[in-house]
Amino acid sequence: MPRAAQTDGRPPPRQRPEGVPRAVSVDFERVELAGLSRHFGRRRAVSNISLAIRRGDIVGLLGPNGAGKSTLIGMLATLIAPTSGTIRYDAASADQMGADLRRQIGLLAHELHLYTELSAQQNLEFFARLYGLAPDAVVAPALARAGLSDRAPDMVSGFSRGMRQRLALERTLLHQPRLVLLDEPFTGLDDQAVTLVSSRLRDLAAGGAIVVLATHDLDLADGLVTRVAVMSGGRLVGDEGGTAGVRERYRALVQQAKGGGGVH
Amino acid sequence: MAVFIRTALLVLKKDFAIEMKTGEILYTTLFFAVSCVLIFSFAFVREGQPIEGASAGILWISVLFAGSLALGRTFERERYGETIKALLLAPAPRAAIYVGKLLGIVLLLVAAELLLVPMVAFLFQEPLFERPLLLGALMLLGTIGFASAGTLFAAMLLRSRARTVLLPILLYPITVPVMIAGVLGTRALLEAPPAEAMAGFWTWFLVFYDVVFVTLSLWTFEPLMTE
Repeated sequence: MPRAAQTDGRPPPRQRPEGVPRAVSVDFERVELAGLSRHFGRRRAVSNISLAIRRGDIVGLLGPNGAGKSTLIGMLATLIAPTSGTIRYDAASADQMGADLRRQIGLLAHELHLYTELSAQQNLEFFARLYGLAPDAVVAPALARAGLSDRAPDMVSGFSRGMRQRLALERTLLHQPRLVLLDEPFTGLDDQAVTLVSSRLRDLAAGGAIVVLATHDLDLADGLVTRVAVMSGGRLVGDEGGTAGVRERYRALVQQAKGGGGVH
Repeated sequence: MAVFIRTALLVLKKDFAIEMKTGEILYTTLFFAVSCVLIFSFAFVREGQPIEGASAGILWISVLFAGSLALGRTFERERYGETIKALLLAPAPRAAIYVGKLLGIVLLLVAAELLLVPMVAFLFQEPLFERPLLLGALMLLGTIGFASAGTLFAAMLLRSRARTVLLPILLYPITVPVMIAGVLGTRALLEAPPAEAMAGFWTWFLVFYDVVFVTLSLWTFEPLMTE
């Protein structure tokens, strides 16, 4: 997989292609979570998580169902407010950066955020305009990357889960966000599509994006993620670098956490 | 400000595009509104003579009932596929989403009123068109007042399982002033001769209500939509 030339161990700043304007210069190189917690009533969905993520990272947020991965992704996306703790995008908080911060965030959640009553083309055109992009410049290439150029005028309601997933990924990446948040992005994809998506994520990270990938599929995360962050019971029970041996490291971290009483 | 307006118009345009394909909200709302007026006409018109003073109330009840039906559906659309989250992630003030939805509901209800006003005038033999500008102002302001509160509540209840029950329970008490102002203002216009001063008073009352509720909604939309 080709990677961009690296400086100080990190990918260089991204070059924005023509036709993809950036209206404001709000950007960041690093996201830092400090003592982050979120409670829903008496339930602690996320508890006291501290983590720093830099550009070029593909962080595999691993853990069983109910571990708090989606809540953490929601907080990073500014959709869920923390009960306590802070998230800093470089030195600034989400409140300080305001709406312009969201120009740098792309979220692909389990629900795909697509209008099924509209065509693939109409969906991408709508989201392109929402981000202040010129649809003529970005929609056709995005449809081609999703392998849906010939289905562009078709309603999304007629698409398979895999086709919707590919379209949703392109919708997420349409505005070239710095922080790419993916919650189970491989759901419904066939082997070929998994390979394409994995390759796309590596390219994004090589281009300077910060990728956070929540999944409980360890086989798919293996060889893709550059860091493994294991969550259980709302807590971060392990955080390690390295791309290989995800399954073994996951087991070791969980065992270690169980030994220390970190898994609930 | 340009981003705010652009986002609001985009949301409106997107809802319009979906409505053009499905017709789901437009047809159900219009059908429900027309049904309401017809049912009231069966109940309150005896031997060709309508009960005196009932038409203003029937007009406003039909508009408000149809409005609450449309409000529920317009946000239900954003719940399916959780597209509301994608809207909330847009790099624009989140209140712009509220304004886009509000404009859509107002336009839909105005379309319903264009059908209902002549229908009520005909069935209840009322001179509704003697002061068209004042009646238009009353209807528009009342619609904005009802839709501004309704849009906020519908958005707020998006994550609630009991949203279809809770929406009317929360909405109707809050919009009682709109109902009173609309009915009394319209009734004043139906007097012979039309009581313009009284209609004007209720028109200004609705202006006040609209300013308060739109301001409040713009201020509270973002914190209410953040989990």
